[in-house]
Amino acid sequence: MAATLPATPFDGPEAMPRTAPHGRPPVPRRAAPWADTLFSVLAHGAAWLTLALLAGIILSLFIGAAPAIRQFGLGFLWTSDWDPVQERFGGLVMIYGTLMTSLIALVIAVPVSFGIALFLTELSPTWLKRPLGTAIELLAAVPSIVYGMWGLLVFGPLLSRFVQQPLQSLLGGVPWLGSLVTGPPVGIGLLSAGIILAIMVIPFIASVMRDVFEVTPPMLKESAYGLGSTTWEVMSKVVLPYTKTGVVGAIMLGLGRALGETMAVTFVIGNQNQLNSLSLFEPANSITSALANEFAEAGEGLHQASLIYLGLVLFFITFVVLALSKLLLSRLRRGEGTKG
Amino acid sequence: MSARPIAPHLDVAATAARIRRAGQRRRVNVIALSLSLAAMAFGLFWLIWILVETIRLGLGGLTLSLFTEMTPPPQAETGGLANAIFGSLTMVALATLVGTPIGILAGVYLAEYGQKTRLGAVTRFINDILLAAPSIVIGLFIYTVVVARLKSFSAIAGILALALIVIPIVIRTTENMLTLIPNALREAAYALGTPKWRVIMTITLKAALAGVITGVLLALARIAGETAPLLFTALSNQFWSSDLSRPMASLPVTIFKFAMSPYENWQKLAWVGVFLITLGVLLLNILARTLVRNRI
Repeated sequence: MAATLPATPFDGPEAMPRTAPHGRPPVPRRAAPWADTLFSVLAHGAAWLTLALLAGIILSLFIGAAPAIRQFGLGFLWTSDWDPVQERFGGLVMIYGTLMTSLIALVIAVPVSFGIALFLTELSPTWLKRPLGTAIELLAAVPSIVYGMWGLLVFGPLLSRFVQQPLQSLLGGVPWLGSLVTGPPVGIGLLSAGIILAIMVIPFIASVMRDVFEVTPPMLKESAYGLGSTTWEVMSKVVLPYTKTGVVGAIMLGLGRALGETMAVTFVIGNQNQLNSLSLFEPANSITSALANEFAEAGEGLHQASLIYLGLVLFFITFVVLALSKLLLSRLRRGEGTKG
Repeated sequence: MSARPIAPHLDVAATAARIRRAGQRRRVNVIALSLSLAAMAFGLFWLIWILVETIRLGLGGLTLSLFTEMTPPPQAETGGLANAIFGSLTMVALATLVGTPIGILAGVYLAEYGQKTRLGAVTRFINDILLAAPSIVIGLFIYTVVVARLKSFSAIAGILALALIVIPIVIRTTENMLTLIPNALREAAYALGTPKWRVIMTITLKAALAGVITGVLLALARIAGETAPLLFTALSNQFWSSDLSRPMASLPVTIFKFAMSPYENWQKLAWVGVFLITLGVLLLNILARTLVRNRI
């Protein structure tokens, strides 16, 4: 950060004549010479603390989960027993629930968010852009417990009455399809959890996508328009290829959010450790909701250790998603660099 | 579609094909744009529905006794959320006090000391992980480190869990805001012989103050609605408690407990609680926004 002084025009032989200094030279002020060191140490310490935090989280989860890891090993991941009385634990149901709800959420949220971002960048009249954009951003900040509670008390019953029950009466007798829509008619289960998650991550993904679309140089878009492209063609053939790294990043961020979400899921997933049918209307369980519901009551020992093991798995999954998105983004960015 | 040659030297068939394709392209465009419009309407529909429901059910139960009475037992006639509101305010405020200095210092490190060092790169990556870490996992961490050691749930554990959520948010915004400050400002200060710490404290941090405060406000808004990390750290408390070494009630955990219950008076209170939280979080966000708009 060293500043290099530019050559002044006064360095030559025609330099301005220097005047003799008046008075005494200023006394250098040495206020607290240790302050610089102290501040630097503090700042470095804070950075190291962040590293220590992550190490601490991973280490403490491993230590907490150790009894369960010793007992069940990696088989924990594909066993579906969950029996606190006989102390037999397997996390398949919860892991399936977490992945499935996030998948449903992404399937709904990604196209909708893309549409919203497209609307906000290309279609919206200028006077609407700002209020709509702000509204979307504010909604991304609404706490997840609000979505969860609304899902349980308002949305669930409606989903049951207008989607689940008609489907069940329609497909009830059909041999294969019938088993895909079983479940108590209360509107609780994987599907409602996935939908609530989708509603929750839509504003999140949409606002990031919009930011990403807006960095496309106007020159690029105007050139395409000038050649006679339609709005959709500009979007799909110019803006989207230009911003694909950011779009993937936005989707990954949404996925990370959906995977780790606790409250929006816990309210509506039903919290039952069963995996008897593939029906999306059956109550199920996710890692986060199992933790939220059972952890405080679980006695010390294998039950608690198994729950911490689940937490470790969740942390690992979100870590992989984040690392993957970073890797993907850097690779895409490199590809774009060579192509351009 | 009858195609008249626009110019005699153009192939009639090719022109016809082009016109046909143009029509098709226009149709695809109209379909895509209508879908986009529908997506916007779809998104807004849910979100407005949720907000309207929250306001409708929340405003209905808004009374003065909410702020003066404790959380009631099931099926009681009266009752409020006073202890939960107090607990939430206490824990959120203390967590911000604990987390903010650490976050700002680490952000300062990233922007001013370690911009190109390896420690800087690693810290930045780890901060991203912490930012994306599920909040319930942070609760687990605090449980194993604090609650299991002390053998009791306590407000202190809740405060630490919330502070762990504050830190990465503040780090990120502080770093971003500091890197926006032009280097010429730093160089001018250094040229006057200012030591580095004073440059940071009185020049760069001061110039980025609005942005840093915004980060803190956003972090506040985030932890005000966090439930998961409190579930097995601060737990909950039916009574008024200002003792930090004992379990403390908080709005989100109380809402969770009340909304999941079958009792009508509890569910009503839960709606009011949700309304209060939403209102607070949105106000904090709007405040943060106006701050940035006015200063930068």
